[in-house]
Formats: sequence, structure tokens, C-alpha cells
Amino acid sequence: MDKKAVNFGYIVTRDRQIDFDANDHTISRIVANAEPSLNLCISCGTCSATCSAAQFTDFSLRKIILLLRRDEIKSLEKEISKCMLCGKCQLVCPRNVSTRNLIIQISKALTTVHP
Amino acid sequence: MTFDLFVLPFFIGLLFLVAVLVIKYSRWIALMDAPDRVKAGMALFSVNLLKSLREVFLESLLHRKMFKRNALLGYMHMSFALGWFLLIVMGNLESRIYSGGHINPPYYPIFLKFFIHDKRVLPFEIFTLPGFFRFTMDLLLLYVLSGLVLALFKRTRSKWFGLKRTTKHNSFDRWALTSLWLIFPMRLLAESFTAGIYQGGGFLTNTLGSFFALILPVQYLAYPAWWAYSTMLGVFFVTLPWSRFMHIPTEIVLIFLRNAGIEPGKYPGSFSEIEIRSCPRCGVCIDVCQMNQVGLTGSTAVYFIRSLRDKQPDISLNANCMMCGRCLEACPVGIDTLGLRVGARNVDNKILASDFSYLPARQETEKNVDVVYFAGCMGHLTPAVKRAMLQIFEAAGINYTFLDEDGSICCGRPLKLAGMKDAALKLVAENTSKIKRTNAKILVTSCPICYKVFNNDYKLDGMQVMHHSVFIDKLVEDKKLTLNPLGIKTVYHDPCELGRGSGIYEQPRHVLKQISEVAGVTEERANALCCGGSIGELNMSATQRNVIRDNALNVLCEPNPDILVTACPLCKKTFGPGSGTPVLDIAELVAESMNQEKPALKSKTIVEV
Ligand code: SF4
Ligand code: SF4
Ligand code: SF4
Ligand code: SF4
Ligand code: SF4
Repeated sequence: MDKKAVNFGYIVTRDRQIDFDANDHTISRIVANAEPSLNLCISCGTCSATCSAAQFTDFSLRKIILLLRRDEIKSLEKEISKCMLCGKCQLVCPRNVSTRNLIIQISKALTTVHP
Repeated sequence: MTFDLFVLPFFIGLLFLVAVLVIKYSRWIALMDAPDRVKAGMALFSVNLLKSLREVFLESLLHRKMFKRNALLGYMHMSFALGWFLLIVMGNLESRIYSGGHINPPYYPIFLKFFIHDKRVLPFEIFTLPGFFRFTMDLLLLYVLSGLVLALFKRTRSKWFGLKRTTKHNSFDRWALTSLWLIFPMRLLAESFTAGIYQGGGFLTNTLGSFFALILPVQYLAYPAWWAYSTMLGVFFVTLPWSRFMHIPTEIVLIFLRNAGIEPGKYPGSFSEIEIRSCPRCGVCIDVCQMNQVGLTGSTAVYFIRSLRDKQPDISLNANCMMCGRCLEACPVGIDTLGLRVGARNVDNKILASDFSYLPARQETEKNVDVVYFAGCMGHLTPAVKRAMLQIFEAAGINYTFLDEDGSICCGRPLKLAGMKDAALKLVAENTSKIKRTNAKILVTSCPICYKVFNNDYKLDGMQVMHHSVFIDKLVEDKKLTLNPLGIKTVYHDPCELGRGSGIYEQPRHVLKQISEVAGVTEERANALCCGGSIGELNMSATQRNVIRDNALNVLCEPNPDILVTACPLCKKTFGPGSGTPVLDIAELVAESMNQEKPALKSKTIVEV
């Protein structure tokens, strides 16, 4: 911190804005086409709660879906490779999202669009 | 006279066919792994060959498995195969005898009646039954033609043949089929016309010939008819290698390789190429596929195999299969449709990377137990099953450990079925080392999916793998568990991976019979239906799954059971929400039956006090 600045005991952060519209939508579109049940997800997190992989790491399918919808795809590829494809998430999802195919389609889209 | 121009279409067609087959066969041999090639070579000179010949006779000629499905269908296939085969054998014998033992050009026996008109004057007839060959050859021709009539009927009356739906053929197949169908009527006409002129035929051709001679100028028609016959044969031979009839020469190779102990290996590979071409597109696998119920007919085994053969597998269609194994069970040729599907998915999904480096370092302390229990991912989704198993272990006094108590590493089979073999192997390695560290003698699992992969893909140094239903059966047999009748009626649902997948049908029933009255249903054991929850299917929507589930439930609940019992946590989880009848795992019911005595005793004591 700048030493000359007066310390008021708090910091005012500058305005910050994330413009999701500016992101590239290619991947989320491809995935939504390949697995339309993506649109049903309500981000409830039930999948993440039951997830086999999540017993061992902070992997979360709910987070993946959120990031995908916002087209924040930078860390997606690394994250998705943690899935064991066991299918537990599919059986518990209250919205009947075809999660396994969703995961396959996300990985495919990621590798084909940005190889 | 031993040659005429009209034999050329046949002769050229035959040479062409032989050349193509030689090229194809050598390519397959070249593609084979060296050890497999040695195996196949050795099998040529062992008793295996006899076994193969027997199987070729039973399946390729008699079509035994087709008969088992439907007598009419079996007869139709047999009349073509066996009838034609015998025509060739008898024709060769006949011509050899007539020509005084000389080896004849290949077309000679086929067109014998063109070259030799009046057999009655031949010296050979004195030594055998007069007219024996003429009679037999006509009978055989009639036999083949009866199959042809059935084949025509099958077009519109497929239900008689046990087929609700028949294969939709492409244009190449239709060409080959038309020429095949015309071969025998043409032969009949050619031989009849000739017999009409010379009276040198048997009961069929002579009678027809005399009749034709009355109304037609047979002396002008005979020669063109021979041309037509020869041409049809030629067209059939030329189209054969690219049509479904390629199965005729290929199935024999398949049977031989299978008996030589060569495993359906990787796709694409030599063995899979042969398997793909052994499919006659008989369509037997179409009706059994439950995907029909939701209109997903594009990826039925027959079409899937054709797409592989045409080298245009459709990725999304390929994903549409529950890997339930019903088609494999029904297939008269025994083509490993599931192995091929997984192989093709491996090609489709090659691009997917998997990284499980987050898994905790393998450092569990060595244990010393008799039994290691693995609930599996699905087992954890059905805590009641897990609890029941732990109760059973305690009651039987088993020295056990619960391997995945704090979360399972998936067994790898779901990844394998999705065509991600390398990723699956990583999980296999993780679990193998965990399991081995327990030093157990028996690995018990609650999930048939895990059971199958533990059995097939894990190298556990002789540790015995048991599905919990089998383990429970053993405990009861060893008198370590006492079961009490529950006085209820049950129906047992065979999980695909446990039944068709692993051949376990009897032990669960054996256990159930001791605690309940087990009612049978129309489709059970090897013909059992899939619950629709399959982990092998990648593309189907939840709505479609529910249709398949509900139809299966209708069949299973037909006898009005008190409880529908299964032995697969995924089946239980799938059936549960759609079933009016309570669905329980066999372990839950067994645990209840064990405890049955206690509440009864308690209430008794209460009354006494
Ligand atoms: S459980 Fe289904 S609805 Fe909930 S976050 Fe996961 S995918 Fe979305
Ligand atoms: S399939 Fe993947 S995301 Fe779903 S529960 Fe299993 S490990 Fe988690
Ligand atoms: S896969 Fe088997 S059952 Fe299906 S069409 Fe081919 S041979 Fe017939
Ligand atoms: S495995 Fe089952 S779902 Fe797949 S094609 Fe065969 S019968 Fe149909
Ligand atoms: S859940 Fe059971 S019936 Fe359904 S696919 Fe799996 S093993 Fe087969």
C-alpha cells in the first residue's frame, strides 16, 4: 500500500465489472445444442454434494455448469478432467439433467474448439 | 461338349469372388497380432478344427440358433444354406461319376443338365439306384425353392417368423438379394425347359418341362434361360463381398478363430473386421432392443454393425445403447456387439483427457481381513443396501473391512463403457492397490457394474470376487446366516451386468426362495429387461429412460409381487421412483429376514409380561 496515503482503517475498492456478454459463447452454445438438458439446471448443487470425485477434491459439477453458462472457460478443461463419469450426479439431479453426456460434451467442445 | 459361352458370367463372377476373398483374408491375417496368428495356425492342426467344423455345420448350415428363436425362420435360413450346400456337393458327385472320375471345370456340375441330357443311358446308372441323382437334385432344388417362398412371405408376414421389425436394407444389399432370389427360379426354368426337350430331369423338372413344352417353344427358351441362370450367379458373386452375404464365407472364419481361442480384441482390428462381416443382418437383434420403445432405432446392433462396415459410424447414434446385452444374447452368430460398441466409442472419445492426480496418495496401512467390502458409487447412493450388507457381515461374524467407507473411487467401468479406456485404467490402478493392501481373500461388492469390471479387468492376484448376492448365498449354505421366511411374494429382476453380463442367475433366486415365494415373469434370466437406468447409455433423455423403465416395470409387476427385488443399486434407484410396488435390494430383504425373529420374540415377551 502507498505509504503516503492516509490510513482511514478501510479501503475503497475501485468499481469492478465482469462483462459476461463479452465472453466467447461458442462453447456453451455447442454444449447446449449437444445436450439440451443443460438448460434445465437450477444450480442446486445436489450433483456436487453426491459426487464421487468431490469426496477427494474441490471439484464441483455445479460450478462447472455455472462457469460454462458464463463462458468462463479458462479453468474448465482442467476441472472437467477430474470427473470419474460414475453417474451418481445423474441419478440425484432433481431436474433430470443428463449430466454424464453433458460432461462428455463439454470436454469434447473444449478439445475441438481450442485444441 | 464341356464348354459353352453362357457359363462365362458365372465363371468370371466366381473367379472374381475367389480373388477378392483371397485378398481380404490375407489382409486380415496380416492385420492379426503375431501371437493370435500363431494360435490360429496351431488350431488348424488340432482337435479344435473338428470342433469348428461341427459348429459350422450346426450354425452356418443347419442354423440351429435360428431354429431356437423361430422354427419358420430357422427353416428358411436352413433351406437356403443347407439346400444350396447339398446341391453343390451332390452336383459335384454326380458330375464326377458321369465324367468317369475326371476333375471337371467348376462350372460343369452347376450346369450339368445343359451338358448331359439323357442320363438314363449312362453306364453308371446300372450300379446305383436308377434315377437317384435326378431325383435327389430335384428334391434339393425344391427344398431351396421352399425357403425362397418363405423368404417372400417374410417380406409381408414377418410376425410368422418371430420378427416384429425386419432390417431395412440398403441398395447394395437389395441388388445382391434380388440376384440371389432369382438364381433358383432361373435354375428351375433352365432345367425344366431342357428336360422338356430331352426328358432328362427328375420328378420336378420333367413334369414341369413336359408342361412347358405343351404351351411354350421350349427349344428356343432353354438356352436363354441358362444364360439368365449363369448371369444371376455371376451378379450374386460379384456383389457378395460388399453385401451382407459376405457373412457366408466370413462366419466360417469367425467360428474357426473363436474356437482357436482368439479373443474379441481391440477395435479396429482383424477380429472385429471379421465379426463385422459375419453379420447377415438377419434382424433378430432388432425386436429385443428396448431402445425401440422410445424410437431410438438408428443404433440397433444390426445398424451399428453396418455403420462400422460402411466405415461411417455415427458418434451420437453410437452413444445410444444401454449396453444391456440383449442383442448379444439373441444374436445367432454370437457377434460381440458390446465389445464392438465400446471399441467404436473408444475411437469417438479419444480426445477426452482425464486426470485423477487429486486422489490421496496410496498409503493406507496394510490390513489383514478375510473379506473386503466395496459398496461402489451406486452402493453409496443406496445407503440402505450398504447398511444391510454391514449388518449381514456382523451377523455372520465376518472379519471384514469396508474399503470405500469414506467415498468410492469409481471402479472404472462407467468410463470404460463410455469409451474412455485409458482414464478407466487409471482408476483401475488406484483401486487395485487399495484392494490388495487389505490382504483379503474375498472381495465383495454390491454393484454388478463394479463386479463385472473387478472380474474382467482387475488383476487381484487370485483374490476371489463375489457379488453380494453370491456371497450371501454362500453364507446361508455355510450356515453362517439363518434366514426366516417373510411370507411374501417376490419377483426377482436380473440386473444386466449380473445376469447376461456375468452369468449369475441362480444364486440370488436360491436365496430369495428361502425367504419368499418367487414368482416368474415372461422375460427373465438371459431374456431379462434392462431397467433403463443403464450407465452404458450416454445420450438418452430422462423422459426416454422413464418409458423404458415403466415398460420393464409392467412386465416385472405382472404377477403382483409384494416386493420387487433386484441385486443392483442402480436398478433399485432407477425403478424406485416409477414403481408402485416397493423395490428392495436382495441384501435389504435378507437383513430383514435375519432380524425377523427379534421383533416376533419381543412382542411375545411383552405379552408374557
Ligand atoms: S443436480 Fe442437476 S440441477 Fe442441480 S446443479 Fe447439478 S445438474 Fe444442476
Ligand atoms: S459423474 Fe463425475 S460429476 Fe457426476 S458424480 Fe460422478 S464424478 Fe461426480
Ligand atoms: S448382430 Fe446378430 S442378430 Fe443382429 S443382425 Fe447381425 S447377426 Fe443378426
Ligand atoms: S445392448 Fe441393448 S440397448 Fe444396445 S443395441 Fe443391444 S439390445 Fe439395444
Ligand atoms: S441398472 Fe441394472 S438393469 Fe439397469 S442397466 Fe444397470 S445392470 Fe442393467
